[in-house]
Amino acid sequence: MLSIKNLHASIEGTPILRGINLEVKAGEVHAIMGPNGSGKSTLASVLAGREEYEVTEGEVVFQNKDLLELAPEDRAREGVFLAFQYPVEIPGVSSTNFLRTAVNQVREYRGLEQLDAVKFLTLMKEKMKLVEIDQKLLSRSLNEGFSGGEKKRNEIFQMAMLEPTLSILDETDSGLDIDALRIVSNGVNQLKSDKNATIVVTHYQRLLDYIVPDYVHVLYKGRIVKSGTKELALELEEKGYDWIKDEIDSAATV
Amino acid sequence: MSTLTKQDAFSSLIDAAPSTFAAARSAAKEAYASQGLPAVKAEEYKFTNISKKLEQSLIDFAVAQPVSITAEQVKAALYEGFEGDVLVFSNGQYLPELSSKIEGIEVSLLSAKTDLPLGSIANPAKDPFAALNQASFQDGVFISVPKKTQVEKPILLLSFDQANAGQVIQPRVWIEAGDFAEVTFIDQTVSLGDAVYFVNEVVEVKGGINSQIRYYRLQNEGKSALEVSTIETDIQKDARFTSVNISLSGDMVRNNLNLNLRGSNSEGNMYGIYLLNGKSHVDNHTNVDHTIPHAESNELYKGILADQSRGVFNGKIFVRQDAQKTNAFQQNNNILLSEDATVNTKPQLEIWADDVKCSHGCTVGQLDEEALFYLQARGIDKTQAKGLLLHAFAGEVLEKIETESFRDYCDALIQARLGSKF
Repeated sequence: MLSIKNLHASIEGTPILRGINLEVKAGEVHAIMGPNGSGKSTLASVLAGREEYEVTEGEVVFQNKDLLELAPEDRAREGVFLAFQYPVEIPGVSSTNFLRTAVNQVREYRGLEQLDAVKFLTLMKEKMKLVEIDQKLLSRSLNEGFSGGEKKRNEIFQMAMLEPTLSILDETDSGLDIDALRIVSNGVNQLKSDKNATIVVTHYQRLLDYIVPDYVHVLYKGRIVKSGTKELALELEEKGYDWIKDEIDSAATV
Repeated sequence: MSTLTKQDAFSSLIDAAPSTFAAARSAAKEAYASQGLPAVKAEEYKFTNISKKLEQSLIDFAVAQPVSITAEQVKAALYEGFEGDVLVFSNGQYLPELSSKIEGIEVSLLSAKTDLPLGSIANPAKDPFAALNQASFQDGVFISVPKKTQVEKPILLLSFDQANAGQVIQPRVWIEAGDFAEVTFIDQTVSLGDAVYFVNEVVEVKGGINSQIRYYRLQNEGKSALEVSTIETDIQKDARFTSVNISLSGDMVRNNLNLNLRGSNSEGNMYGIYLLNGKSHVDNHTNVDHTIPHAESNELYKGILADQSRGVFNGKIFVRQDAQKTNAFQQNNNILLSEDATVNTKPQLEIWADDVKCSHGCTVGQLDEEALFYLQARGIDKTQAKGLLLHAFAGEVLEKIETESFRDYCDALIQARLGSKF
C-alpha cells in the first residue's frame, strides 16, 4: 500500500529525514517511536504534504501513485489521513459544515454521490458513537475551546467520517488521560480492517497497549535504526532510548 | 497651489448654494474656508489623499441634478428577500413619489424643516467635508420616528447615483428617533454608469432616551466611486446605536463615523468589514466620545485586502474625566492576501478617567497557513479552504447584522467575492 524509499526531507535547509525506508501493507499497524527530535512528526507531515518541508531525495508510492506529486487535499482524497498532533482551532467555521464540505469533496474525487444534509447527518450520528463525541461539540466552531481530549477525539471522528486507507496518528496519545486514551484507541481499533493500514507515531509505549502494532520502528536522527515487533516497544519502555542512541552513535564513530 | 484652485472651485459651489438654512450654511462656509481641503500632511487625512484624487477627477464641480428613476428600477434594485419600506433618492435628492409612505413615521424634504439645527450633531468645524456639505448641499431628507414607535421592518435608504464625470453629489440626512423608539436603516447605493464623480454625504442622527437605532450600510458602488461620508450621532441615556458598515469597492472611500455618548447606560457599537481588491482604497475613521459615566462602546473592524488595495483604520476612543465606569472595546484585524496590499491601522485611546475598562488592539497578518493546511489535509481544495477561512474571519462582523435577509445578502456578496477573486 505504502512504500517509502530513501526519503530525505529538510526544513529551511536543515535535514531532518535522512533516508527513511518503510513498507506498509493493507491490514497492518506500524508504530514509529523515537526520542524527541528524531523526525517522527516530520515523517507524518511529509506524508500528509505539509509545505514547509522540502523532500530532497527518495520516493513515496501510495497505492501505485507518486504521493509526493500530490497536493495535500489530493492525498486526503486518495485516502491518506493525518490525525494532527496539534489540531488547529478555526473560529467561525463550524465542525459540521467543515466536515460536510470535506466529506463531499472526498466523495466527489472518489466518484461517489454527494451526501445531502439528511444522509450526512445520519452518517455523522453513526460515527459519533465510535468516539463518544457529543453533537453539541460539533455545532461549535472547529476545535475552538475544545479540551485536549476533545480535540483528539474529534480527529478520530473525522477519520471515521473520511474513511481513509492509510491513517497516520501523530502523537494522538500525548496529553490524554487514561479514559480519553481508551476512547480514542477504541475508535481507531474499530476502524481497522484488512483493507486499511495505520501508522502510529508516538513517544510513549502506553498507547501500544491499546492499539497493538504489528511492527515497531525506532526513528533516530532521521533514520529507522531498529525494527521489531511490539516487544521492542516494551523494551524501549523499560530501558528508554539511550541504549539505542549509544548503539547508533558508537557505531557511527567506529 | 493647485489644491487652492480646487478649493476655489468648491467655493463656487458654495456660492451657488440654495438659500435654505442660511445661518447653518453661512457658519459652514466659514468653517470650510478656515479649514480648506486637507493638505497632503494633514494628520486626519494622512493616508487618504482625497484632495489629490479630487483634483485629478473633478472637472466641472457642478451639482449632479436628480435624474428620473422608474418604479421598475426601484423594484429591480431591491435585494432578494428584502421586506420593509423604501425611501428612494436620486443623486442625493429624496424622491417622495417613488418612496413608501411609512405609517406612523414622518418623512419629508429637509427644506420643509427650516428650523432644524443642522450641524448641531455633525459639527462643520471638525471636518472640511462636513462643512462643504453643510454649506452647499441642495436638499436632503428628514426622517422622524415618534416616541415609543417600534418600526418592525427595516427602512431601506436606496440611492441611485448617476452623475457626469466630475460632478458632485451631496446627500444630507437628518434622522430623529424619539424616546423608546426602535428602528433599523439599510443604506444602499446603486451606481448607474461609471463616470467618476464625488459623493460627499452627511448623516446626523438624534436618538432619544432608551431608543435603539441600527444603521447598516453597504458600499458596493463600483470601482470608480470617490466618496466621503460623515455619520454622527448623539446617544442619550439608556439608548443604543449600532452601525455596521460593509465596504466592497470604491476608488477612494472615506467613512467618518462619530458617536457621542451623552447619557449614562448608553451604548455605541461600530462594526465594519472592508473586503477590497484591485486598487480600491477604503478608510474608516471612527470616533467615540465617552463624556458620562456607565456607558459602553464596542468596535470591531475587519479587513481583507487583495491585489494593490489599501485599507486605513483609525479608531479614536476618548474617555473624559467624568466618564467613570466606562467600558470601551476596540479591535481591528486585517488579512493581507497580496504583497502589494497595504493596511494602515491606528487605534487611539485617550483616557482621563481612572475607573474604566478599556481595550484596543490591531493585527495585520496573512491567512493562517496552519489552518489552511488542516483543511486541505481533510480533502478540501486550497481555493475553497481559503474562502472558508476568510468567510469565517468576516463572519464575526456579519453576525452583528440583525436583519436576517440583509445579513444573508451581504454574506452572499462576500462569499461570491471570496470564491471568485481570492
